[in-house]
Amino acid sequence: MATQHSRSAARIMMAPAVILLLGWMLIPLTMTVVFSFKKYLPMRGGDLGWVGFENYARFVTSSSFWPAVATTLIVVGGVLLITVILGVLLALLLDQPMWGQGIVRLLVISPFFVMPTVSALVWKNMFMDPVNGIFAHLWKFFGAQPIEWLSNASVTSIVMIVSWQWLPFATLILLTAIQSLDSEQLEAAEMDGAKAVSRFGYIILPHLARAITIVVLIQTIFLLSIFAEIFVTTQGSFGTRTLTYLIYQRVLESQNVGLGSAGGVYAIILANIVALFLMRIVGKNLDT
Amino acid sequence: MGRSVTTQRKAFNTLFAWGIGLLIFFPILWTILTSFKTEATAIADPPVIFFFDWTVENYVVVQERSNYLRFLWNSVIIAGGSTVLGIIIAVPAAWSMAFVPSRRTKDILLWMLSTKMLPAVGVLYPIYLIFIKLGILDTRIGLVVVMMFINLPIIVWMLYTYFREIPGEILEAARMDGASLRAEIIHVLTPMAIPGIASTVLLNFILAWNEAFWTLNLTAAKAAPLTAFIASYSSPEGLFYAKLSAASVMAIAPILVMGWFSQKQLVRGLTFGAVK
Repeated sequence: MATQHSRSAARIMMAPAVILLLGWMLIPLTMTVVFSFKKYLPMRGGDLGWVGFENYARFVTSSSFWPAVATTLIVVGGVLLITVILGVLLALLLDQPMWGQGIVRLLVISPFFVMPTVSALVWKNMFMDPVNGIFAHLWKFFGAQPIEWLSNASVTSIVMIVSWQWLPFATLILLTAIQSLDSEQLEAAEMDGAKAVSRFGYIILPHLARAITIVVLIQTIFLLSIFAEIFVTTQGSFGTRTLTYLIYQRVLESQNVGLGSAGGVYAIILANIVALFLMRIVGKNLDT
Repeated sequence: MGRSVTTQRKAFNTLFAWGIGLLIFFPILWTILTSFKTEATAIADPPVIFFFDWTVENYVVVQERSNYLRFLWNSVIIAGGSTVLGIIIAVPAAWSMAFVPSRRTKDILLWMLSTKMLPAVGVLYPIYLIFIKLGILDTRIGLVVVMMFINLPIIVWMLYTYFREIPGEILEAARMDGASLRAEIIHVLTPMAIPGIASTVLLNFILAWNEAFWTLNLTAAKAAPLTAFIASYSSPEGLFYAKLSAASVMAIAPILVMGWFSQKQLVRGLTFGAVK
């Protein structure tokens, strides 16, 4: 249907977005790759020449690398586990008939709209503070010794804060998926005497599989780069240094740009592996 | 026929769901309540939940001491400016991809999405350096541009999914009647596209408002938005719970309300149309 004329018009209309994004992607990316092959210390001599793959080797052999990988895996894995499991349960609950469903939905999705610095600080000071925090009061009420959350259970604390932020996202998407489920199928199963558990296992869960995959992939991409939650709570101490935070410290705090850039390239490769799976699913959806 | 539900079961659902909902909402509720307490009441042991002398003093103090309005204004400019700029660039692109698709449209869309997945920390120093060279470190214009780029893929995607739902026959009919491309856009397409554009604006404003990597790393005193303002409470001001709460409430209240209106768009915008 499209004429030659409208095709070239379309190309012109697309050009600004494409060219700008191309520049936004390629220029910094090229710079990062170039820096990663250099000894580059802005505060101590600047650009000190090419060093080949030395930064890449140093980044992975430094004593903070494997702990950072472990922390990253625990944080991402922990948050995914909590948000997906609780998300499915919450979505099932919210799908039930009840009074004031709309308001409950609003309450549940609210944490997603709280800016990361606010949620991190509110949790840190008003909940996890070992003296005046709500948790400390609760623990004392039950006669237990309050926990110093952010120093003695630091990674758990970060997982809790981030899970609270992302649970609404998982819930909302899974709820949308549940609501698209054909209710006749469920009714038929119920009439045939299928128990609630088997209805869940054989009908609801398979139906949710795709939505769960999408939640996992999208959250993974965002969770790999959480920053503010660590920045305002522990600043990476007490074992909460994730890969993202380690790279940030290398680049801006110790101003070792070469080393940090090599780390950045690793992070980009990692994110792209996850993104590849996500794009497959999204791409398939585009065809229909 | 829907499944029949006993009133008893519905009552149980309601009670249970409200309980869970309030539990999840509790940190926000607690912050709101604390913001109206005096500092002494805020750390009272045992905690006072509802029956205290309500005061708005904290809000006044926060504004006076830290010039809250300036940070608010920075947030508005950065989130608003980047969204408007993004829409201006994205509307033509999304329009052409939705109505004049070519073989490469899908690839371009997926590629745009992939730029969104680039970890920010991987390009932190280059951006920082470019900002210094251009003299736009700690300026609002610099942040507007960065936020625009961060959200442009989502804006294009959302608009694309909305535009695709506009039936092509209507455009053809307009064309048959001799409407020019311009007339077609202004009189036929725009009215039908407005709801989609409005939703896109809303969601991206929220995302830009809450973004806390670039805003923390590229701003200092001048252009700092609310994310950075709150971060400055990390210590020791964070121990003043009532003031921390007042500052927090002021930072999240407008966006929370906007967020409530954008639930549906949230799903569409953040799953790139994969879940509807």
